Amino acid sequence: MATLNINGRDVTVDVPADMPVLWVLRDVVGLTGTKFGCGMALCGACTVHLDGQPIRSCVTPVAAAAGKKITTIEAIGETPAGKKVQQAWLDLEVVQCGYCQSGQIMSASALVAKNAHPSDADIDGAMSGNICRCGTYPRIRAAIKQAAKGA
Amino acid sequence: MTTHTVSRRDFVVVLTSAGGGLLLGCRIGEGSGAATSAAAAAAPPPAFAPNAFIRIGTDGRVTLVMNQVEMGQGAYTSMPMLMAEELEVGLDQVQLEHAPPNDKLYANPLFGDQETGGSSSVRAFYEPLRRAGATARTMLVAAAAQTWDVDPTSCRAKRGVVTHTPSGRTLSYGALAEKAGKLPVPEKVALKDPKDFALIGTPAKRLDAPDKVNGKAQYGIDVRLPGMKIATVAASPVLGGKVAALDEAKAMAIPGVRQVVNLGDVVAVVADHMWAAKQGLAALAIRWDDGPNSTVSTADVVQGLDAASQQPGVVARTQGHVAEALAGAARKIDAVYQVPFLAHATLEPMNCTVHVRKDGCEVWTGSQTLSRAQATAARVTGLPLEKVVVHNHFLGGGFGRRLEYDWVTQAVRIGQKVEGPVKVVWTREEDMQHEYYRPYYYDRMAAGVDARGKPVAWSHRLVGPAILARYLPPAFRNGIDPDGVDGAVQLLYDIPAIQVEFVRHEEPVLNTTFWRGVGPTHNVFVIESFIDELAAAAKADPVEYRRALLGKAPRARAVLDLAAKAAGWGRPLPAGRGRGVALLFSGWGSYLAEVAEVEVSKAGELRVHRIVVAVDCGTVINPDTVKAQIEGGVNFGVSGALWGEITLKNGRVEQSNFNNYRVLRMNEAPTIEVHLVRNLEAPGGIGEPGTSITAPALANAIFAATGKRLRRLPVMDQLRSA
Repeated sequence: MATLNINGRDVTVDVPADMPVLWVLRDVVGLTGTKFGCGMALCGACTVHLDGQPIRSCVTPVAAAAGKKITTIEAIGETPAGKKVQQAWLDLEVVQCGYCQSGQIMSASALVAKNAHPSDADIDGAMSGNICRCGTYPRIRAAIKQAAKGA
Repeated sequence: MTTHTVSRRDFVVVLTSAGGGLLLGCRIGEGSGAATSAAAAAAPPPAFAPNAFIRIGTDGRVTLVMNQVEMGQGAYTSMPMLMAEELEVGLDQVQLEHAPPNDKLYANPLFGDQETGGSSSVRAFYEPLRRAGATARTMLVAAAAQTWDVDPTSCRAKRGVVTHTPSGRTLSYGALAEKAGKLPVPEKVALKDPKDFALIGTPAKRLDAPDKVNGKAQYGIDVRLPGMKIATVAASPVLGGKVAALDEAKAMAIPGVRQVVNLGDVVAVVADHMWAAKQGLAALAIRWDDGPNSTVSTADVVQGLDAASQQPGVVARTQGHVAEALAGAARKIDAVYQVPFLAHATLEPMNCTVHVRKDGCEVWTGSQTLSRAQATAARVTGLPLEKVVVHNHFLGGGFGRRLEYDWVTQAVRIGQKVEGPVKVVWTREEDMQHEYYRPYYYDRMAAGVDARGKPVAWSHRLVGPAILARYLPPAFRNGIDPDGVDGAVQLLYDIPAIQVEFVRHEEPVLNTTFWRGVGPTHNVFVIESFIDELAAAAKADPVEYRRALLGKAPRARAVLDLAAKAAGWGRPLPAGRGRGVALLFSGWGSYLAEVAEVEVSKAGELRVHRIVVAVDCGTVINPDTVKAQIEGGVNFGVSGALWGEITLKNGRVEQSNFNNYRVLRMNEAPTIEVHLVRNLEAPGGIGEPGTSITAPALANAIFAATGKRLRRLPVMDQLRSA
């Protein structure tokens, strides 16, 4: 049994301690906005925040998340940075297939929350762990800059 | 265990857009719902449904049925734009619904069945969907005119309201729906003159975007049903292999594992969640009997292709006398080009949820080919087609992979052995190693040039499988795969003698299929690299050399000039940098020119700095989507050209995940500029050309930067070993 704080709500789940947070969110709690892409922290589709820090939930065991605040794509819009990032994503028409965008937005929100003037190098550093097969990178870069400007 | 289950028997996903309400209704039926069709289940019979695409209720709700699936290419915005333009409703006034499988209602006229692929949605439906909208609008206007007893020509429709212009009276589409529904459907309706378009050609906001930024968009992998189990699978790592042994007891001992399904060629572990399923699969420690392909490596495949390339193929295009022209040329230039097997690596791995019962079967997935998904479920279960319900979803990438349906077939086979619904999810490794790959192609080129270096003969012999012979047999005619030769037979350069031959050579060691850019992904690389070789041999500027051969192709020449100008072609570059150009024209009907700027360090490290693309795709529906598709297509092409390669050893695919099947990341992505040529020519395809044109532009830029001609992809470490 583990008690997790997910999007501000305590949820008790009866799962093995080594079960990755990704599968707890998707298959047990039913929050499917966080995506499975690789299972090895290579693609970033599963990115969520743990106490505000972006982490790859596919390799983060549930035991490591106990007592910390998990924020997922479903609630990131309730944070000031997340809201601005989502709006910039819409303004610049970033999404295509959209499957990676939950993870992209989680990584971008963490960046924008702590950096009001992200440089191209900052964006490369924060976003290069998130793969987009549709190749929306130019718009992601522009949207992060726009969101930061509004922050 | 605490589980949050879906408690409602149906649920509707609500999308809200900035401009108003958009509802994407998709109903997930349970229990007895197996035999009800998705479309019929979604709403009470609408008052007005003049065709399979448009429904209007008495409440004024306008529902547009999306027969072309959304995989990122913007079909769920461009298809509604076509209908809304003629229906006279705003995009903020419509709801979208995924179409159910039905070839009679929803076939893509370019293929004859319900397919989304080949950059065809706008090309195929530009007229039919406008006609669908115009038909509905004509009937609604007629209903209003009848009500008022006036001449329909004195009425006009706008934003879902009919106005009698002289009197100013108005009636909404909702109020007219019932009456319109009783009128005969007109056989002929007038379509708008393109100069009167209010929506088509304007940058409309994507209707699918709002739910894709907040986690609400539902992909196949997101399906959740009461009592649903989750399974993951291992199919034989070698095509044609079988299970030799496995330890079922060890898997069953993992908490949460419920069942092991061994089908001989594939094993599934069924569990409460994916984590248990994955661990259970590992615990099985499956031993495989690899079968006849167990010793095959990539080198064997290449050897087979090379041998096949020694023989003439079926002539796909001929003009003049190539053999004579080659013999009489001042100089002959030969080259062999090769492109590797490629994975699509859609970010959403293959997955399919099924519920197989005695009297019906329900399937939830993301498919580019719904009617084939339905047909395979019917074949496996022996059920009649109408007892198989397929619910489609947003696709987490298609790129041609989801034109196949092997994972649907597999999930239904597994579902037959499982009580209740089961979601089968492939791991990334399973996905990477059990793809339908872009084929390995092997091309022999020969050109004859005159004393000044101008081409007088062009011979292109391409060797590869005939995908269409398997996938769409009626399209495979006279021994020629029109997809395999696409982009090669349309060669625009004015050369007196041209011959294109297709040598069919199947390699049964891997399944192969369409990949974003299909035939042109290799043909354009080959043609545009080879013409660059001819330009270099003539010591001519690559743009000028091409330009001189495009006297009969003004649209191609115009995009070439535009791209060259925008890219600053000819302006000096620092040492180590180079620009390369490429041109594309194919069955998609679009003209593209691209200039790539790259830098190669002394150590052989490649950096792609900037890509400039000029596009003439005729009539543009949504200009922002065109730009987005080119940007995305280019980046997909950069991934493939630089690193994309699936290799075989002992019959097994050697790549497994994004660590050894490298794809482009943010820090490597180039600046991309897209310049559109606007005209009212027939609309051309746009999803794939950006991918196909990028490899040759890069290879030519590498040549400009280093003098090294790369005739084989991927670039990978070919520069480093130089």
